[in-house]
Amino acid sequence: MFKACWSVIERELLSASRRKSDILNPIWFFLIVITLFPLSIGPKANTLTSIAPGVIWVAALLSCLLSLERLFKDDYVDGSLEQLMLTPYPLTLLVAAKVLAHWLLTCLPIILFSPLMAVFFSLDWPTFWAIALTLLLGTPTICLLGAIGVALTVGLRKGGILLSLIMLPLSIPVLIISTLAIDAASMSQPNIAYLAMLGAILVAAITLAPMAIAVSLRISMS
Amino acid sequence: MLEARALSCVREDRLLFKDLSFSVDEGQILQIEGPNGVGKTSLFRLLAGLQPAYAGDVFWHDHAIASIREQFYQQLLFLGHYTGVKPELTAFENLRFFQKMHNPTQQQDLWAVLAQVGLAGYEDLLSSQLSAGQQRRVALARLWLSDANIWLLDEPFTAIDKKGVKVLEQLFLKHAARGGRVILTTHQDLQLDNQMFSTLSLRKPAPEQQYV
Repeated sequence: MFKACWSVIERELLSASRRKSDILNPIWFFLIVITLFPLSIGPKANTLTSIAPGVIWVAALLSCLLSLERLFKDDYVDGSLEQLMLTPYPLTLLVAAKVLAHWLLTCLPIILFSPLMAVFFSLDWPTFWAIALTLLLGTPTICLLGAIGVALTVGLRKGGILLSLIMLPLSIPVLIISTLAIDAASMSQPNIAYLAMLGAILVAAITLAPMAIAVSLRISMS
Repeated sequence: MLEARALSCVREDRLLFKDLSFSVDEGQILQIEGPNGVGKTSLFRLLAGLQPAYAGDVFWHDHAIASIREQFYQQLLFLGHYTGVKPELTAFENLRFFQKMHNPTQQQDLWAVLAQVGLAGYEDLLSSQLSAGQQRRVALARLWLSDANIWLLDEPFTAIDKKGVKVLEQLFLKHAARGGRVILTTHQDLQLDNQMFSTLSLRKPAPEQQYV
């Protein structure tokens, strides 16, 4: 069963490596946003430091949303989604594998690029550390919740706007808690409580979202 | 035994068929006939459990298929309009994925299978660069790997040349002879002189019955 999941991840990564522009687009978008902000606002370290958490998180969220739609769309068009639903394995696990592959491709690079943000926004060490941690805990949640929305809208021709409408309210808690955690870190206060909350949301999302995704897919395919 | 009991299918408030019952025994080849838009593809989606029926249900050994999905899908090979062949992967990679998902323990040589469906020399080409018929062949190559009992094939001969159709017909007979079930739609006349071959004709319901 885990071999099947691994095969799904392997295939996702392989097909992504053949169409690099799809993968590079969201990361490129993220990099552009966080480069332009310091340039347009000016080099005052104080202002930059105070807006950094918000800017970085909004950019990460938007680049996530930008790439989410292709999670099931291509598979829906060429029929592989149908075939995925007809394998002798639980659909819940297979979609979890797909979401994991998507996170590896689109969100992990953003986290890897995060040291760059520390330079752009002249962040101190604890703040940067807090940003990296909240991204690590928050982006998988965003991907999982977003995948439910994608699964619900996959059969629609213009599901993009509906998808962002479904996604925005769902992602707000993660956004608020993350920025609170970063703020606390930048004022050298303990932020472990916020991180624990993010972790709790992530655990809940990992356990419940794949089931919701599988059911939504079955509904939208019928 | 694969059995459809009193199936009704409604799409967009329009009744496609009503109270359709039939069963497919071991070694049977069933061709579903009917004009375009009569509900052949919808029937296939019902039989594969991709879509719930408006009324009635599909049973596999007396269990509704929605309740035994995983066992049922072990015995099912479904090829729809869209074959699930990824255009950005090569023919070989596509086939290997299917093998891993459906027959992980099988050791069959995929290169030989691809050669058998006439794709020798094209194994390493991206599927997007293959012709429509060749892409079909990549999907159909799964039939040679499969040890599933039920083959559910929606228009398997689309874009396949005459010789290819002959080969597939022979393959269906072989599958039926070892106890497999084949259900297919096609607008071609099949040359299967076999007592296990039967057809099921779908007709449009009378106009006054078309709406629910």
